[in-house]
This record gives sequence, structure tokens and C-alpha cells, in this order.
Amino acid sequence: MSEVKNNKNINIDDIYEDVSEWRINTGDIKIVAKRLPGGFRTLKWLGMSTWSIFFLGPYLRFDGSQAVLFDLPQRHFNIFHVTIYPQDIWMLSLTLLFFAILLAAVTSIAGRVFCGFFCFQTVWTDIYTWIEGKIEGSTPQKAMKFNEAPWTIYKLSLKALKHSLWILIGLLTGISFVAWFTDAFQLWHNLFSFQVSLTAVIIIASFTGGTYLFAGFMREQVCFWLCPYARLQGVMYDQDTVLPAYDAERGEPRARIKKGDDFSTRGSCVDCNVCVAVCPTGIDIRKGQQEGCITCGLCIDACDSIMDKTNQPRGLVRYASYKELAHNEPVLPLYKRFRVITYGLILLLAFSGIVYGFTHLSPTEFQVIHQRQPLYVLLSDGSIQNKYTIKVLNKTKNTIKIHFEIEGLEGATLRGLSDMVLEPGKMTPVTALVRVPTGKLKKELIPIVFKGKVDNSTIVISYKSIFMSPKK
Amino acid sequence: MEENKNKPTQVEDTGHEWDGIRELDNPPPRWWLNALYLSGLIVVVYFVLYPSLPLVDDSTKGLLGWTQISEYKEDLAKVEAKRAPFDDKLATMSFNEILKDQEMLNYAIGSSKVLYGDNCAACHGVGGAPAKGAGYPVLTDDDWLYGGTVEDIQVSIAKGRQGYMPAHEKLLKTEEVDQLVKFAIDSSNGVMNKAGMALFNAKGCVACHGADAKGIKAMGSANLTDKIWRFSGDEDQVRLTILHGVNDATDKLTRVAVMPQWSEKLSIMLQARAYAIADGEDPNDIDWSDELDGSESERLSETDIKKLTIYVHQFGGGE
Repeated sequence: MSEVKNNKNINIDDIYEDVSEWRINTGDIKIVAKRLPGGFRTLKWLGMSTWSIFFLGPYLRFDGSQAVLFDLPQRHFNIFHVTIYPQDIWMLSLTLLFFAILLAAVTSIAGRVFCGFFCFQTVWTDIYTWIEGKIEGSTPQKAMKFNEAPWTIYKLSLKALKHSLWILIGLLTGISFVAWFTDAFQLWHNLFSFQVSLTAVIIIASFTGGTYLFAGFMREQVCFWLCPYARLQGVMYDQDTVLPAYDAERGEPRARIKKGDDFSTRGSCVDCNVCVAVCPTGIDIRKGQQEGCITCGLCIDACDSIMDKTNQPRGLVRYASYKELAHNEPVLPLYKRFRVITYGLILLLAFSGIVYGFTHLSPTEFQVIHQRQPLYVLLSDGSIQNKYTIKVLNKTKNTIKIHFEIEGLEGATLRGLSDMVLEPGKMTPVTALVRVPTGKLKKELIPIVFKGKVDNSTIVISYKSIFMSPKK
Repeated sequence: MEENKNKPTQVEDTGHEWDGIRELDNPPPRWWLNALYLSGLIVVVYFVLYPSLPLVDDSTKGLLGWTQISEYKEDLAKVEAKRAPFDDKLATMSFNEILKDQEMLNYAIGSSKVLYGDNCAACHGVGGAPAKGAGYPVLTDDDWLYGGTVEDIQVSIAKGRQGYMPAHEKLLKTEEVDQLVKFAIDSSNGVMNKAGMALFNAKGCVACHGADAKGIKAMGSANLTDKIWRFSGDEDQVRLTILHGVNDATDKLTRVAVMPQWSEKLSIMLQARAYAIADGEDPNDIDWSDELDGSESERLSETDIKKLTIYVHQFGGGE
């Protein structure tokens, strides 16, 4: 190598100068965010409150049993009056698709709304830091004073209180999770009588430990380094996406406020750093859009409060699109945005599929399997016999009796298959033999239909199969 | 260095530099390092608890004493413990009781699959139908030389079967053989062949195949009037059977058709029970020490044969 070749306009040292401003927090700085009231703070509480469904949902009863129960040992999900069996798994896929696309759609319209207002990581972290703030002091200064104070019984008991509350929340999280998979009331009964299954104990313990570790200690580090969404959601933005952003044109040059400052001749930013102080991930929004921003809008609340105090209009930090800030262009209406329309269509399709699934759940799962070894059997009178395995799963909540018939082949007789009595959720494979006299067989392969009529109902199930015979 | 780590101009580098870009020597995040140390600790724990160091012809055992074979045996014991109540119940049930009990029937069939595959499928085929021309009996049809009831099938498995047809090469003239071949094929097709029937009676075929040529169950002789051929319905093959017979030791070209005995013990027991019933005695009162001396061979247990009997009976042709 002779000489380092660079683009003439770029000086490597300048790059170093650029990044020298780039502070990366790998967990060695504990972020203590200041809490300020405001519109976005209220929104955040509202978003967080949806998690009460997670905690309270399992106690909902319907028809004498748990309304929503993901019964893994019995291999079915009970959702109010509907029972979903593994065969209906495509509905789960559609549900997952729906939420995945919803996430993408929301992200392309208004950024990481999920991260800022709904994500379990940020929600639990917010609760944990709220508790920590109440006990140890809610500003970095108070927290530092508390932590650097000598160890006294008082400090020790406060620390113990904080950690007990954290673990308690972790425990409740774990128990609530498990309660979706087993009867919730029975679970509490078992918990207090020490009869919980080992699986439940392991899951509750992992959730407790996980919550304690992730919300108590890892916090924004999870968003920075562990969460795939944080990386993924960035590529879902476009120039029309509205995000919390600092209006640099209006804010710069920033300066500390002095008496008699005329804001028409200087930037609006008074460099008070409140936007940084309130940020739960510890970033400076004035440096522009960055991976650490969970778009919770708390910096907007903070800046607005300062704007009010300095008698300036609000919105120095506001939800704004790149187009608006950089080119002073208004945001495209939603119906003109290709991404939004595409996402919307997929959402509609997935939703229709789910609705179709719920309204068209078959009362049974019916399958006829043609025996392959041998394909057919020659009997002593010259007739041909085929063997089938019949499987019926009863997805109703009642015991049913099914009467079988075959259609489509003249002279065929069904043998060895009497009426089938099936308990709810049960599937018993049975063997059926079909015999046809040789003269009736015109082709090697003849389609036949197995029909099952359910007694005392209008349900008729059918399955297409084939009858095979030797080459003529 | 710690406090300078975000200022590239002040951090030491590793001395590696490409196109003016230096590789900085920042330490990895502490949580990451801790995770690394922790995984190292797990290795040590594993090392102590499980077999780890290979020695010359052994290895260190580990404190838990875990081995693959013991884990396999534990799992096998679990399977057997699950099966035991069914097998015990099956042993006490009669064939008729099993055939009427859908759950036990499913168990007998389900648990026989491997048994059949290991012991029977080599000749009779996986689904009860052997390869065409292989010369083994088809188990899925309704033609049973020795009877197709569960009891008959049980005897066939326990005792084994070996039919006999003498070679006729030296006993019959060529024209006579031709006539009998035609008779056999005509009979199978439902055509009355009077000349052939006369020869069938005159040459003594009737003694084994019966006056109506439908075979005699006690001998296992073939039914000549149905569509099913014990060996083959091709003219050459029928001639081969007549000329060289079946299991005739005096003829080198004879057809060999032997079903081995799967339990000498059970076959003796079945016979003793049959005699007891014929004499009007209770088969449960038989003093087995008179009948068995303990030297009887037993390739399959009574319960296994019971399961296989049901399995074969349920192939689709059982009576």
C-alpha cells in the first residue's frame, strides 16, 4: 500500500471529530430521568393502562369456566364460547400477521408508538423507576445524594423496600402470565397451598427474575442493545413519518437565557437540558433522530413547559415529519401514502380472515386416509376391497354420534364401520373396509365420498377419497 | 482511559490501521464480559457434574453419574410402565372381549405394529400383502387355508404351518397334467370342466382338495374354486405346483412353504386346552406341570402372539 486514498473532500480527522461528540452509553451511566407532568405523560399512563388486561384478564369468567384460557395440556384454546384446536392454527398465524403489520403501519405513520407507550420493557421500566424515584429521590441529584450517603438502617430499609416492591411486581407478572394457561383461581389456590407444578414455578421464577433484571437494572440498555424492534423500526420510517423532533432552525443558535433576551434575534433553545433530563433512555433529542429514541414524547412535555415559562410558543420539540422540518412541506394525507395503503390492505385481509375463521369454525375435523400397503385386496369371490383409516375429531362441547355412508361408487358396500360415538375433544381412529364386485369397476381409480351424518343435528361432514383396483 | 472511551482521538488503538481508520482498543461492555465469565463458569459446573474428560478406554464419570444408556433405560421404563396396565389387561381378556372393546383393540393394533414389522413383515409384507410372486400367503384377503377366525390365526402363529402336496411328475402323464391345469384354472373362473373333474377324482386329488375342490381346512389344502391362488394362477405356475408339489422332500423343484413355529409352549398349551374342552373339562384346571417341562421354545410371548393375532385378523380379511 502506497498512500491512503481518500475522497478529497473528506478528511479522516474530521470523521473522528464528528464521532467524538457521540456518546454511547453501554450501561456504565445509570439514567435517572426527571418526571414532569404533561400531555404525553398522561398519554403514556393511558397506554400503559392497557396492560391491566394482562393482569386482570385471566379472572374473567364465561359460562362457569375461564373466559380466555390457552389450555396447552388439552391442546386447545378457549376464547369465550369458541374452542380453537391445533387444526385452526392458521387463525393464530393471521392474528400474528395482523399485529406485526399493525406495528409496521403505526410505525410508518407516527414512529415507535409501541415502544413509547405500550412496550412491556418501557412500561415496566417506567413503573420501576417511578417506585425508585418515590423512594430514593426523583432527580439525578437527589438520587446521587441518597446513594452516596453512608449506610444506615434507614437507607437499608428503603433499599429493601424498593427491591421487595420490584420483586413483587415481577412475581405478579409471572403469575399473571401463567394464569392465562391454567385456571387462574385454582393457580392462586395452588400457590398458597404450595401445590404448583414445577413448570409453573420455573415460568414464574423466570418471569420474576427477568422482570427484576430487565426493568430494574438493564432498562434502556435492552432497547439499545437487545431489542430487534429498535433496529427494525427505524427502516419503517419515511419522510412523512411524524416523530418527536427538535426544530433546529428555530432553536439554534441556542444559548442560556439572560434578562432582556430578544428571541427574534437568537435561537429559541435556552439550553436548559430539561429535554435530556426527562428522557428515559438518556438521549439528547436536539442531536436529531437516533436509535435510542422510543418516541415517548416526554421531551415535548418538558420543552413545552420551558417555552411557557419563557413566554415563547410551544413546539420547539414536537411531533413533526422530516419533510416539515427540512423542506417546510406538509405531511402527505394517509390515503396518498403507498406504504399506509399497502399495510392497510394487509390488515384488512388478515382481519377478515380472522373474522371468517371465528364464524366458520368446523364442528369436527374429518379425515379419511386410504391404506397404501396394499392399495387393494382381491377377495375370494373376485371382488376388490380397499381399506381406509377414518379420523374424526369432535370439536363441539357435546358427545356426538356419527353415521357414515359412502357415495359415488355403485355397488360399493361399507364394512367394519358402525356408528361412531365421540366425546368432546376426542379423536379415535377407526378402520373402514369398502368392497366392490369386479364388474362394477370401470377404472383403476374411482373417486368416492365418505359422508358422516351427526345424529340430532344438521351437521353433515364429508371427505373425498379414492377407490383403487388392479389394472384391467 | 475509561472516561475517554467515547473520544476516538484520545483512545489507544490496537496498532491496526486501514485506510486511515484505526481499530480502537475500547473494553467491551461490562455486562457482556460478565456474561462471558458466567458462561465459563457454567462449563466448569458441567465439567464437574457430567462425564467430560475422555480417558484411555473410559471417561470421567461426573458427580451426577449420568449416562446416555441410563437415560434411555429410564425413558424405556416409563414407556413400559405406561403400557403395563394395558398389557396386563390384554392378557386376561378373550379375543371376543378385545374385539368389542375399541380402546383395547386400538391398543392391540397400535402396539403390534413394531412386533409385526420385526417378525412377520419380512415374508408377509408390511401391510399383510407380500410382494407379488414371492409365494407367501396374503393376510389381507378372506381366503384362509387353515381358517381365518382369531383362534385359527393364533394356532397358525403359535404352532407354525407346513402344508404338503406330493409331486406328480412321476405319477401323471403330460396330457393328464395339462388337463388338470385347465381344470384348476376353469374352477377358479367358475367354469365347469367335467373331464377335468373326472380326472381330479380318479387321480386322488379329491382326497386332499375335497369333493367340491374347495380344500379341507384341517389339512390347509387350497380351495381351487375361488379367485385366490396360494402361489399363482398363471398356467406355467399351476403346472409347476402339480408336477413338483409343495414341501415334497423327494422333489428338488418342490415349492417350499413353511410358516415357522413362534411358540412351542403356547402351541402345546392351546392343544391341551382344546383337548380339555373336547373332554368336557375346565381348561383352567389343567395342571401345566404335566404338560410343560420348561424346555419349550418361545420366540414370542403369549401376549405378543395375542396382539399379533388381533393385528392380522384386523387386516381386513379376518372371519
